[in-house]
Amino acid sequence: MAKPPVDLQQLTTEFGPHPQRVPPGGWQEESRNPAERLVKTHCCFCGQQCGIQLKVRGNSVIGFEPWEEFPFNEGKLCPKGVKRYIQSNHPDRLLDPLIRTSGGFRKAGWEEALDLTVKRLQEIQAKYGKDSVAVFGGASLITEKAYLMGKFARVALGTRHIDYNGRLCMVSAGVAYKLAFNVDRSPIPWSDIAEADVVFCIGANVGECAPITTDYIWRARDHGARLIVADPRFTPISRNADLYLPLRPGTDLVLLMGMLHVVLRDGLEDRDFIAAHTTGFDDVAESIKSYDLHSVAERTGVPPEAIERAARWFAQGPRSVALHARGLEHQSKGVENVLALINLTLATGKIGREGCGCAMITGQGNGQGGREHGQKCDQLPGARSIHDPAAREHVARVWGIQPEDLPQAGYSAQEIMNAIHEGKIKGLLSICFNPTVSLPHAEYTKEALNRLEFFGVIDFFLSETARHADVVLAGSLQEEEEGVTCSTEGRVLHIRKAVDPPANAWTDSRIICELARRLGKERYFPFQSTREIFDELREASRGGIADYYGITYERIDREMGVFWPCPSEDHPGTPRLMEGGVSLFPDGKCRFQVTEWKESGDPIAEDFPLYFTTGRVVSQYLSGTQTRRIGGLVDMYPEPRVEIHPRLAEHHGIGEGDWVAITSRRAELTLRAMIVKTIRPDTVFVPYHWADEQSANKLTHRTLDPRSKIPEFKVSACRIRKAEHVPEWATNPNGGPR
Amino acid sequence: MFGYEFFVDPSRCIGCQACVKACEECETHRGVSMINFDYLDRSNSIASAAFVCFHCDDPTCAEVCPADAIKIGEDGVVQSALKPRCIACSNCVLACPFGIPKLVPEYEQMMKCDMCYDRTSAGKRPMCATVCPSQALAYVRPEEIARTRREKPVNDFRFGQQLVRTKVFMMAPAGLDQIAIDVVDYMWEGVSHEA
Repeated sequence: MAKPPVDLQQLTTEFGPHPQRVPPGGWQEESRNPAERLVKTHCCFCGQQCGIQLKVRGNSVIGFEPWEEFPFNEGKLCPKGVKRYIQSNHPDRLLDPLIRTSGGFRKAGWEEALDLTVKRLQEIQAKYGKDSVAVFGGASLITEKAYLMGKFARVALGTRHIDYNGRLCMVSAGVAYKLAFNVDRSPIPWSDIAEADVVFCIGANVGECAPITTDYIWRARDHGARLIVADPRFTPISRNADLYLPLRPGTDLVLLMGMLHVVLRDGLEDRDFIAAHTTGFDDVAESIKSYDLHSVAERTGVPPEAIERAARWFAQGPRSVALHARGLEHQSKGVENVLALINLTLATGKIGREGCGCAMITGQGNGQGGREHGQKCDQLPGARSIHDPAAREHVARVWGIQPEDLPQAGYSAQEIMNAIHEGKIKGLLSICFNPTVSLPHAEYTKEALNRLEFFGVIDFFLSETARHADVVLAGSLQEEEEGVTCSTEGRVLHIRKAVDPPANAWTDSRIICELARRLGKERYFPFQSTREIFDELREASRGGIADYYGITYERIDREMGVFWPCPSEDHPGTPRLMEGGVSLFPDGKCRFQVTEWKESGDPIAEDFPLYFTTGRVVSQYLSGTQTRRIGGLVDMYPEPRVEIHPRLAEHHGIGEGDWVAITSRRAELTLRAMIVKTIRPDTVFVPYHWADEQSANKLTHRTLDPRSKIPEFKVSACRIRKAEHVPEWATNPNGGPR
Repeated sequence: MFGYEFFVDPSRCIGCQACVKACEECETHRGVSMINFDYLDRSNSIASAAFVCFHCDDPTCAEVCPADAIKIGEDGVVQSALKPRCIACSNCVLACPFGIPKLVPEYEQMMKCDMCYDRTSAGKRPMCATVCPSQALAYVRPEEIARTRREKPVNDFRFGQQLVRTKVFMMAPAGLDQIAIDVVDYMWEGVSHEA
């Protein structure tokens, strides 16, 4: 049913991605006119949520102006922020709902498209049960929409299966921070990074994936701080690292346990902090005994002296910050990795005061806010557990339903896709998610989508995933609805509406409320504006960990953002969590957690001897649905290349720009070589933002961390060879589907 | 902007090219970026550098221009070649010791960084320095640079025997007063050659 119609070439011609290079009306015409309004809002392209002003004329975003007064970035922007305005008025924009025909898609009216969607979902639920329909959400949605998706799935559809693409982002960190501190948020505001004496970045390509954070690290260096970078690749911030640790992919846990071993061996732990603020230290101390320097060096590929020095510097700070991102988290032991970093932070007493702490760098635009209020399969608004009877009662009361009518926890994102593949889930409604690009093992994802009996998509562009849809509901961009996001710092921000959705596109929240009305649940979705949704969200979050009750749009504007928890309107908000080392557990203690080594789900072997790892480039965002349509960004890095060390390249007779076939246990991918000394010789890297025959996720595997359910994007096994042929996608005169 | 100066520190550059992309948004040269950006040697290093025009006190580009097309504003900013005068001869492109001017073939004109005079004259910072995430390009008060940076701003450059003083500052290791790249500048060639 949900197979893509016709050939990809025709779909690409009709719906793109077409790289748009000039502003509306061209460089010399309409966009030269002065703006009628400058709308202060935030960039949609990552979790930093930089302040930006959009230049608006009529109903068009025609450019941008830096917003220097916004304190986080003070006008700074990466190239994605500079070019973000190009996504408005884009020729690929979906302006009407689409319905699948035998030959492709046809434009439809809203009545027909919504009625068909509801009819099919109801038929499937009537035939196979409520849980035969799943909902996918996204972490680029404003928090109001994310909240609405959670409520829509559980109240309007009555399914327990709702999850979101944040599952592919930093959930391993979320689980670990909850286990250790009982809160899933960076404990520090970013100003603490600039105050630190030691900054330790592990598995975080800050310069490309969180460019603005670079300035905080450089400011720390300006006052003499040392920078330690641990990464299989020599990433841009490594150029100023005082110590670079080139660890093997997937060995972060060993490195971190080895560092703690050195700390305890040398008596550098903070005994007072451990005694006053923690539990479980002795078990952890026992568990790292066998992680002696020599064995850690053998396993990680990092020299023993470097491990020793990193441990000493971090422990001796005196003020140290540890930053981590997907490198640490995208592993089948992602939770263990983050816990090991937390153990190191706790053992050295580096939390709860200025210039100290560990922090996850959130990747997705609303990666933080999008996971707090109900689109995670096991969580209710306010970052409440769906298993907690008191939480269920509170949320049920706010929603006007009985607690027993609130579904229990459902599957996570990859588990939903697995269940679709297995035929257990028959219907899917998806918003803001492009799983054919972003989930591992891309062919499996496509097979699964093809098995759906009904697939509805809400999106503003026809993503590669939406090509599989039966109905596409033309939704809205970030700048087309007012709401909030929460940045990587835990700062809740105000997204101002700049323009209306064009032509017959609707706002996402209107689409969801209309679907709910047609499902007979109108009284639970009476919202006339996102502000009304936010007010209900405040109530629903009240008393929870992520308490937004005291936050209003007006307060955010006045105070340039409010840090949660903020339980009342006279509460100042909470920039630094765990002040003085007091966790959010009832006893105030931070929990050491024992960590255990586990092999990757796709280990290297004789026939697959190389590590395959994936990540981002600075010019692209997530699955590229937006940024592959922005010409100025496409030109910076037009197609994915495979990074190979010259030693490895020479072994295979591969020269710069040669075509290289990369084979994993699942598939083969042929890309051009980029021969660089900035990667380990036993590792190859491909950025993941592209689709189909350029998709790094063709090669990755579906092994999940058992607790966070994050896929292991950072560690797969592969082999390479110089390709015999130029791949078909590159010989296509039109450049092929991008 | 009175009291503000431009500082370049390639060691802070992360290669993101926000400057390149922001430059082409500017009013006076829409769609054409004036930033000189490059990787030093990508196969061996991630080191990258972004440069604006250094705006020399006595600009070589203007001195060698046969058409007298390159003018210096009151604020010391060296402008792009005047379109009606420029003969696209590339003298300036070849002569600039920093390698900044570019001949834009489609306009048959030399174009280069004008330090966003349209913005600075209206109290705004140049676009590139405003957006630069790592502040490799910075437009701030000299006191601010002195207070926050370990490196020291230098605006005297030696190219062989040519001494060039510029409006834009380069951040150099503390203790260095002058940037020289030619071995000749470090040699003793007798009293008569002393500059």
